[in-house]
Amino acid sequence: MEPLRVHQGLVYPINRSNIDTDQIIPKQFLKRIERSGFGQFLFYNWRFDDNGNPRPDFSLNEPKYKGASIIVAGENFGCGSSREHAPWAVQDYGFKVIIAPSYADIFKNNCVKNGILAIVASEAQVQTIIKKAESTQYTLTVDLEEQKVYDNEGFELSFDIAPYPKQMLLNGWDEIGVTLTYEDKIEQYETASR
Amino acid sequence: MQTPKTIIQKIWEQHVVHQEEGKPDLLYIDLHLVHEVTSPQAFEGLRMNGRKVRRPDLTFATMDHNVPTRQRLTIDDPVSKNQIDTLQKNCQEFGVTLADIHHPDNGIVHVIGPELGLTQPGKTIVCGDSHTSTHGAFGALAFGIGTSEVEHVLATQTLWQAKPKTLNVKVNGKLGTGVTAKDLILAIIGKFGVQFGTGYVIEYTGEAIRSLSMDERMTVCNMSIEAGARAGLITPDETTFEYLRGRRHAPQGEEFEKAVAKWRALATDEGAVYDTVVEIDAAEVEPQVTWGTNPGMCIPVTANVPSPDDSDKPSEKDEISRALEYMGLEAGQPLSSVVIDHVFIGSCTNSRLSDLRKAAEVIRGRKVNPGVKAIVVPGSFSIKLAAEKEGIDQVFIEAGFEWREAGCSMCLAMNDDIVPPGGRCASTSNRNFEGRQGNGARTHLVSPEMAAAAAVAGHFVDVRQFTAQEVI
Repeated sequence: MEPLRVHQGLVYPINRSNIDTDQIIPKQFLKRIERSGFGQFLFYNWRFDDNGNPRPDFSLNEPKYKGASIIVAGENFGCGSSREHAPWAVQDYGFKVIIAPSYADIFKNNCVKNGILAIVASEAQVQTIIKKAESTQYTLTVDLEEQKVYDNEGFELSFDIAPYPKQMLLNGWDEIGVTLTYEDKIEQYETASR
Repeated sequence: MQTPKTIIQKIWEQHVVHQEEGKPDLLYIDLHLVHEVTSPQAFEGLRMNGRKVRRPDLTFATMDHNVPTRQRLTIDDPVSKNQIDTLQKNCQEFGVTLADIHHPDNGIVHVIGPELGLTQPGKTIVCGDSHTSTHGAFGALAFGIGTSEVEHVLATQTLWQAKPKTLNVKVNGKLGTGVTAKDLILAIIGKFGVQFGTGYVIEYTGEAIRSLSMDERMTVCNMSIEAGARAGLITPDETTFEYLRGRRHAPQGEEFEKAVAKWRALATDEGAVYDTVVEIDAAEVEPQVTWGTNPGMCIPVTANVPSPDDSDKPSEKDEISRALEYMGLEAGQPLSSVVIDHVFIGSCTNSRLSDLRKAAEVIRGRKVNPGVKAIVVPGSFSIKLAAEKEGIDQVFIEAGFEWREAGCSMCLAMNDDIVPPGGRCASTSNRNFEGRQGNGARTHLVSPEMAAAAAVAGHFVDVRQFTAQEVI
């Protein structure tokens, strides 16, 4: 997993609540056995019409969001199915950071495992960012070490993140490798509960 | 005296392998259920790193999402077939027990776990599937995980987990006649919202919960995730023990009695404190129908479709407008005027034998409306056989339903059971998200009884009045 320390990127705003993982990656793309290549299917049914042509009225298709790497969205982002194909699609499309008022638990966990930083911001902060990003090409800088997000016009927010996911993201750790250093503890537990 | 504890805290503490400052707890996993959609990349990860499955004996696999239900012998979709073949190969390579597509134990993973007695009180259970919360019906701590976590459990039999907050959903009083466990959980989500359970594990308590059968408890716990809670559970009692007695993987004979004594001790202690408590009166719950595009958008069948004007929050107004547009409904329209063209009875929420029996009672001697295509998909091969032994299949077939093989089927339409664009389905499944049952398909979540009544009427009807009518 790639470490994430400071990231500067273009913001893509999607002002909807309860965006479920069925929308992030529809089920017809869950049949693949690979871990890569899901970005082309991100928000597929919103992005493309029945003939596979881009829908001009869906904002991600607007040229001004080309190359965006930060999603800003409404509350309860990533609810529903546990499919990790959702963060795989988000990441493979080029997004590294999400900012929303709240997330579904499983989705948020899945993000950490894939090096995506899911930042919780207040409803008001999210709306401020969305308004800016809807009206212009808007760039934010995210500093995970300092737990801050800012632009070059004086906007700044601080966010909370638990120490463990923070370290995971900063270092890009292979979690299984870390856990296997606790193998003696696992063995002790297994012996004791036999 | 020790501090009184909830069942959630007790199970948690029994499974902590390691604790240290600044980290979540390392939690031991007693049972890892695996299916074909969320596991291929996990097995591939093990292979790439030269790792083994630590406890194949605590791992159990089946295929359910891609399984065809018209017949099981051939899978036309090569991508689906590849995913199923991949699970077979992985289970063989890593020594994992598999209820293969042709095996009599095959079925939806959340149906067969309990059926086989693998699901037991006090266990920690995970699966790469959000509806793993179903197993909480037995007083297990059961939750869905992503594929990276699947790989982690395969390799280490543990997970790093932050301690969840505890939420008590107290259901007072009794459910009325014709009102089901499905209506209850929909009403709970409708009342408190689709994210009131986020960050929590729910314990369902109260008179109405105690009087539910195991099948009904599974329906309630199954949809905990639709309230945002990764897990929801019910303290085990005589109903639980009687269900488990004699099941293949449950402890047998004297061991079973010993296990029961241990299971009894899991009950939440008198005076234990939850982080949050909410209450609902069961007697007030009516048969529910979802009108929108998430499970919280549900109303009693007797009500009218809501309007954006019902909310004064701009984001909610938007959400209601968008849902109405997607669903092709008018604000203020009575639900009973909504005409359907598909009925799906099945899914890990409502495909168990008692669900099929209850739906069959509603349609016995009646006919499916000519404008409706109706299918029944039993949750497992053994449920299908049991239903056929009772003649339930014939009740459905005579009414005009298609009687299918077991699988996840039209709940998420990964096989060829798809609602066409613009089609409208009364479904006993768990999610009414956009496109869930097919691109452009419109889903209304209901109980099996309500689905059966809608199949006959061709539109939503209050099953309480419907069953009171004479069969003509």
